[in-house]
Amino acid sequence: MTETPSEAGARVGLVLVSHSAQVAESVLRLAVGLSGGGEVAPLRAAGGTPDGGFGTDADAIAAAAEAVDQGRGVLLLPDLGSAVLTVRSLLAEGDELPADTELLDAPFLEGAVAALVTASSGADRSAVAEAAREAYDYRKE
Amino acid sequence: MTQPSPSALTNERTVRWLVLAAEAVSREADRLTELDSPIGDADHGNNMRRGFGAVRDSLTAETPETPGAVLRQAGRLLVSKVGGASGPLYGTLLRRAGKELGDSPEVSGADLAAALRTGVDAVAQLGGAATGDKTMLDALDPAVTALRTALERGETLEAALSQAGTAADEGAAATVPIRARKGRASYLGERSEGHLDPGAASSALLLAALAEAVAQDD
Repeated sequence: MTETPSEAGARVGLVLVSHSAQVAESVLRLAVGLSGGGEVAPLRAAGGTPDGGFGTDADAIAAAAEAVDQGRGVLLLPDLGSAVLTVRSLLAEGDELPADTELLDAPFLEGAVAALVTASSGADRSAVAEAAREAYDYRKE
Repeated sequence: MTQPSPSALTNERTVRWLVLAAEAVSREADRLTELDSPIGDADHGNNMRRGFGAVRDSLTAETPETPGAVLRQAGRLLVSKVGGASGPLYGTLLRRAGKELGDSPEVSGADLAAALRTGVDAVAQLGGAATGDKTMLDALDPAVTALRTALERGETLEAALSQAGTAADEGAAATVPIRARKGRASYLGERSEGHLDPGAASSALLLAALAEAVAQDD
C-alpha cells in the first residue's frame, strides 16, 4: 500500500517484537494466513539484533512502529525478557514512537492472531488490545 | 559561577565516567559473560561491551554540552545498541538520571545523588524488581543510598563516591546466596543460588568508574 489510507480505511498498526527474527517473521506469516481474506491491518516484524543474533533492536521497533502507523494507534507485542523491557523503556523514556503507541500485554502467538484479525476488521485500539489480551484466558484443557 | 566547585560533576567528568565504564566492561567482559553463563544466556559481557563501546565512541566524537545531556545521549544509545535486557535497564538508569539533571552545566553532589536515585527507581519500576531480587538493584540501591548519606555527613564527593563504590561491591557480593526472582535466572529456582548476579557485577563496575572519574582530577 503506497498511498496514505483515508481516515475511514485506516487501521490500528501492529508490531511483533521478538528476540528472534525468525520467530517474529513466522508468527507474522501465520497471523496473516489465519486472518482470512480481505485487506489486512498494517503489521511488521521487529525480531533479533541487527547482526542477526537473538536480542532486541530498539531502532527496528521504532522504524516498524512508524511504518504501521495509520493514525489510529499502534500496538507493540513483545515476546519476553529484553523485548518487553525495551518496549517498556521506549514507551516510558523515548520520543521515537508515534503518538498513541502502547504495549500489548498478550501471549505472543495467540495475541498476534487475535490482534490482527480484530485490527483488520477496523476495530479501534482498545478493542484490538482487548481481543489480544483475552487470549490469556483461552485454556487448552 | 564560572569556577567549577570542587564537588561538582562537570560535563568533562561525566564523559570520563562513561569512558572509564566502557573500559571497565570491556576489560571485564569475559568475567561478566562467565557470570551470566550458569544463570543467564551468556551474553552480558558482549552486550555491555558493545553498548558502552557505542557510548564511548559517540561521546568522544561529539560531546553534548551538559552532564544531563551526556547521560541522556548515553542512555539512548544503550537502549539501541545493547540488544539484551541490560540495554533498556542501563539506558533507563542513565536517561532518567539525565532528565532529572536537566541542562545545568554544573551538578552538585546532592544533585547527582538525587538524579541517580531517580534513575535507580526507574530501573526498579521498569523491571518490576526490588532490592533483594538478585538483580543490578542490589548493587545500585545501596550505592546511591551510601552516596547520599556520605554527602549529608559533609564528606567530599570523591569520598562519598568511594563509599558508594564499596556499597555497590558489597551489594553485588551479597547476591551470591540469593535465589533469583526476576529475569531468565528466576526460571532456575534454587539452582540460581550460589552465583553472583552479572547485572549487579556490572553495576558495581559502573559505580567504580564514577568514583575513579571524579578522583582523577582531585
